[in-house]
Amino acid sequence: MSTNGQEKTPLLEAQGLTKIFPSTVALSNVDFTLHAGDVHALVGENGAGKSTLIKLITGVYPKDGGTILLEGKEIEPRSPRHAQELGISTVYQEVNLIPTMSVAENIFLGRQPMRYGMIDTRATNRQAKQLLKDFGVDIDVTRNLSSFSVAIQQIIAIVRGVDLSAKVLILDEPTSSLDRQEVDMLFSVIRSLKERGIGIILITHFLDQVYEISDRITVLRNGQKVGEHLVTELPRVQLITEMLGKELTQTLDEKGTEASASRAAGKAYLRVQGYAREGMVEPFDLEIREGEIVGLAGLLGSGRTEVAHLIFGIDQHDQGEAYVRGEQTRITSPRKAIQHGFGLCPEDRKVEGIIGDLSVRENIILALQAKMGWFNYLSRQKQNALADDMIKALSIATPNAEKPVKELSGGNQQKVILARWLISNPDFLILDEPTRGIDVGAHAEIIQIIKRLAKEGKAMLIISSELAEVVDYSDRVVIMRDRKKLRELESDDINENTIMQAIAAD
Amino acid sequence: MRSRFLPLLMTLLVFILMYAFAYSRFDSFGSMRIIGNLLRDNAFWGIAAVGMTFVIISGGIDLSVGSVIAFTGVFCALMIDRNGWDPLATFVVILTIGTIFGATMGFFIHRFKIPAFIVTLSGLFLARGMAYVLSTDSIRIDHPFYEQISDLVYIFPDRGRFTFAAGAFLVVLVIGIFLAHFTRFGRNVYALGGNPDAALLLGVPVGRTTITVYALNSFLTTLAGIILSLAKHSGDSTIAVGLELDVIAAVVIGGTLLTGGVGYVIGTFIAVMTLGTIQTYLTLDGSLTPWWIKIVIGVLLFAFVGLQKLLSSRQGVFGLKRRPAIAGP
Amino acid sequence: MNSAGKEVSSDQNRRGNLKIGKLFSGDSRLLWTVLALVIILLVDRLISANFFDVRLVNDRLVGSLINILDNSAPYALLAVGMTLVIATKGIDLSVGAVMAICAAVAVVMIRNYEAGATEFYYQPGFVMLITIIIGAICGLWNGILVAFLDLQPIIATLILMVAGRGVAQMITGGQSPTFTNETLAFIGRGVVFGVPFPIYLALAALILVMLLVRRTALGLLIESVGVNDRASYYAGIQARMIKLFVYMLSGVCAAIAGMIVAGEVKSADPHTAGLFTELDAILAVVIGGTALSGGRFYLGLSVMGVLIIQSLLVGLYVSSLHPTTNLVVKAIVVLAVLLLQSPEFRRFITGPFRRTA
Repeated sequence: MSTNGQEKTPLLEAQGLTKIFPSTVALSNVDFTLHAGDVHALVGENGAGKSTLIKLITGVYPKDGGTILLEGKEIEPRSPRHAQELGISTVYQEVNLIPTMSVAENIFLGRQPMRYGMIDTRATNRQAKQLLKDFGVDIDVTRNLSSFSVAIQQIIAIVRGVDLSAKVLILDEPTSSLDRQEVDMLFSVIRSLKERGIGIILITHFLDQVYEISDRITVLRNGQKVGEHLVTELPRVQLITEMLGKELTQTLDEKGTEASASRAAGKAYLRVQGYAREGMVEPFDLEIREGEIVGLAGLLGSGRTEVAHLIFGIDQHDQGEAYVRGEQTRITSPRKAIQHGFGLCPEDRKVEGIIGDLSVRENIILALQAKMGWFNYLSRQKQNALADDMIKALSIATPNAEKPVKELSGGNQQKVILARWLISNPDFLILDEPTRGIDVGAHAEIIQIIKRLAKEGKAMLIISSELAEVVDYSDRVVIMRDRKKLRELESDDINENTIMQAIAAD
Repeated sequence: MRSRFLPLLMTLLVFILMYAFAYSRFDSFGSMRIIGNLLRDNAFWGIAAVGMTFVIISGGIDLSVGSVIAFTGVFCALMIDRNGWDPLATFVVILTIGTIFGATMGFFIHRFKIPAFIVTLSGLFLARGMAYVLSTDSIRIDHPFYEQISDLVYIFPDRGRFTFAAGAFLVVLVIGIFLAHFTRFGRNVYALGGNPDAALLLGVPVGRTTITVYALNSFLTTLAGIILSLAKHSGDSTIAVGLELDVIAAVVIGGTLLTGGVGYVIGTFIAVMTLGTIQTYLTLDGSLTPWWIKIVIGVLLFAFVGLQKLLSSRQGVFGLKRRPAIAGP
Repeated sequence: MNSAGKEVSSDQNRRGNLKIGKLFSGDSRLLWTVLALVIILLVDRLISANFFDVRLVNDRLVGSLINILDNSAPYALLAVGMTLVIATKGIDLSVGAVMAICAAVAVVMIRNYEAGATEFYYQPGFVMLITIIIGAICGLWNGILVAFLDLQPIIATLILMVAGRGVAQMITGGQSPTFTNETLAFIGRGVVFGVPFPIYLALAALILVMLLVRRTALGLLIESVGVNDRASYYAGIQARMIKLFVYMLSGVCAAIAGMIVAGEVKSADPHTAGLFTELDAILAVVIGGTALSGGRFYLGLSVMGVLIIQSLLVGLYVSSLHPTTNLVVKAIVVLAVLLLQSPEFRRFITGPFRRTA
């Protein structure tokens, strides 16, 4: 490890970084130190504050408190471009290059070698080729960027950053869509960067990779720094404990075994066998009974959301069968799923859930109306009644049903989407991170609603990173890792320890 | 590599097929005369098409082309014929006006985030309106300079005539290719059209590039107007109505993606010559009616847009979609 | 975390637009559009003292106001169809060409009828029906390209915009055929209770489409698809069918507008029929407050946008200003409206004031 001699000035030092958004404190008084030649992993579940920290360091957001020092000098990055000029380059998951231009041009855009007042294409290509070769990548640099794999594209982005004399390189989820071989290639590039004394901040949700490549780990949770460790001194279970935390919600103690025993007695509602899609999820079996809540646990990127999308028909499965109430069914679109009584509250509420400009009322009746058809329009009174009922039943905090849903807080938006499904009286609900980014009060309410729905006999599949929550309401828990179903935990085995150990198991 | 040039090859293939077909029906297509005429007759809108290629590669569109050409013609006619201005001075003035006009449209598009379609639509109304305000009549230009230009012809063997207009077209073409591929400005235009967000992060001066692209296009369009006025010896506020559609069609048939980021000036040139060949063929063949040109353009447009769609969905020209595309909507 | 960022920016938006923004908020949109119309009419009145006079001549009402309404009719039809297309985040550039095609079809068929063709489909009633079906087919073509081949609407409809005029010329054989049949002519120049028939047609289309989209779920579903087509798809909405439908409706509106124009002049000119009307229709929709980015749409206000444009033109026509200034004035008014609608422009203008305040 090149982490000795810590006495010299750190490459990058952030002290007391704070960022406050109107509804939440995204980052609270976080310190972060990066040394030259180190790979420093930044881990935490969604909403932990990783991206916010990076965005403050790269000048995407102005910070609300704290200081950032680069090589001991205070900096105030105003924009990602400014940060880059200061020597902080970022490579994002979606590579920020020009897919329609050649590799060489992407590396030298804006600073092409010139000759006789015109771009020297040959020199551009030659230099690009050499630069990549230095990192052990030998490719045809005249080909379009888009003709290469994401791994190569990322390396190209890294090479561009480094060639722009970057001192700090931030890699944001670089490996999320790479296969093992590509990861190895990327890691060998990272190792050669370490040798050059470049400091690397690595954000990833693959813990194996954290252990493989990084020197230090900083764990964030709910906008706060939970711990900073040398990677050699941090056992995996402790890491996961820190990531997922031990915060118990007030609803936890309500867990009653009799309730889950009686609920589990329902008939099988949905059964899928060998469901899979290549490159997305490996074949899995799953059965959900009426009135049963099945929790889907696993870290981000483990294939949880993909399972939901396959079942709901958003993505097409390429193997396996599904049975609804014992009858084989082909679900190829959300519309078909809905006709079979399914509902889905998606993970990305803003992009996949709410129709922002439409009112709360319209958002609530949308799925029911789509199901009823174009011409069977719900009367306005009926709409109002349904919306008002739901606003009351789920205590949606809105002055009235006509407010555009985009103006509501996250928790209330989530309730609106729940309401959208509830009025069409579904048999089976898939909730993908139903409590993410929601304040404590609304959080407890949503848990209550979930339990109530199960009591009413609905089958439910719930994806959540909040282990305490999963333990609280699940009758069974399915553990996912690396796009595979790992195992299932039955009622008595369900507690945070077993789940964490299942996720962390080697 | 191959996919990058495929649309261009298709364009070339279509041209060769069209030309071969025309030649098989009329021997005159084998003469230098036809080639000289093709260059001469299509010079003015070909020049405009070179400018439009840059606009479309940058991810934009410009509807004001036909109107700017008409305005230029009327302005030249009025100033030279009625007001006795020196033709060269007039050209300098109108080229300046045109360039400022384009730069202003670019500024509105960049600074106020109004869609290019709408801004240049107002540009279309404004330029055509100004042409009407200047004169609703067709004005003849009688000036020795115009005669001199007309006489400026290099005679090839085989009665081929290489006119001033053809020369101007080729010069613009060469400069266009140079700009697109050998200058930072040109590469910035491609980057802007390929991925505007990334372009900003990679240091492309987005505002300056946008404004320059529209200024360049209007400059070339104005030049096209001058070439047309030299050819017709007149200015008329009602000419070139809807010409922008032909120009846009030629750019697309030339292999440029309407979504931006991909395209070749030379492809536009080949497409212009293709459409010119069809036009000439239809003129020579009296039995075929002129409306076929529009239908053929439509069919070619559809074929090329379809081809591009096919290529992009297979190979991900537009983005980095590794994940299976989301079904619908 | 991303969501938090968006909240910030929308919050800044809200603050940035404070005063002027309020005037453009949903509730006052109607007020502003009506106000714009009233101001233009009042200016017209100042220019021409008898602008508001309406007289009955030969059982037909005559006057500038009637002219405005009469001129507006075909544009209003187009604007109605265009509004729904734009609400789905689309655009239909082909309506002018579709008008030309439909005018050509109607006139060529009616000429056969006049020449003594006895087949039932040459009856004027059938001719009109067939013309409308042709319009729907044109719309279907656009709809398939947009909804099923996923082409950008601008490109998809450009194809028919270019080829359509060629098709229209082919149908008429390159001529501008004329006809005398009074039934077809009635669509363009008929008078009922002193009021030109096209006005009834446009009004009927507006009311029918309003009923269609507001009394059924269509309006809601169209807006939903326009705002967020992915989320709409997840909620079980048939986004593709919705898009197909709006393009077909736009085609039908263009067909009727085409017949009005043909009826007015008792002929079909494939070169000029409907020329540039798509641009005016899009403009009217934008003036009426329906954003090109899709979502909420305002049928009534789109038609109001048409009236604004036509009042401007008729006003210019009666003014002592040379009629050649029409386009220039139109361009300037359009630009002013567009700039006022641009949040960036409003911030640009109010920026200095806010800082000092």
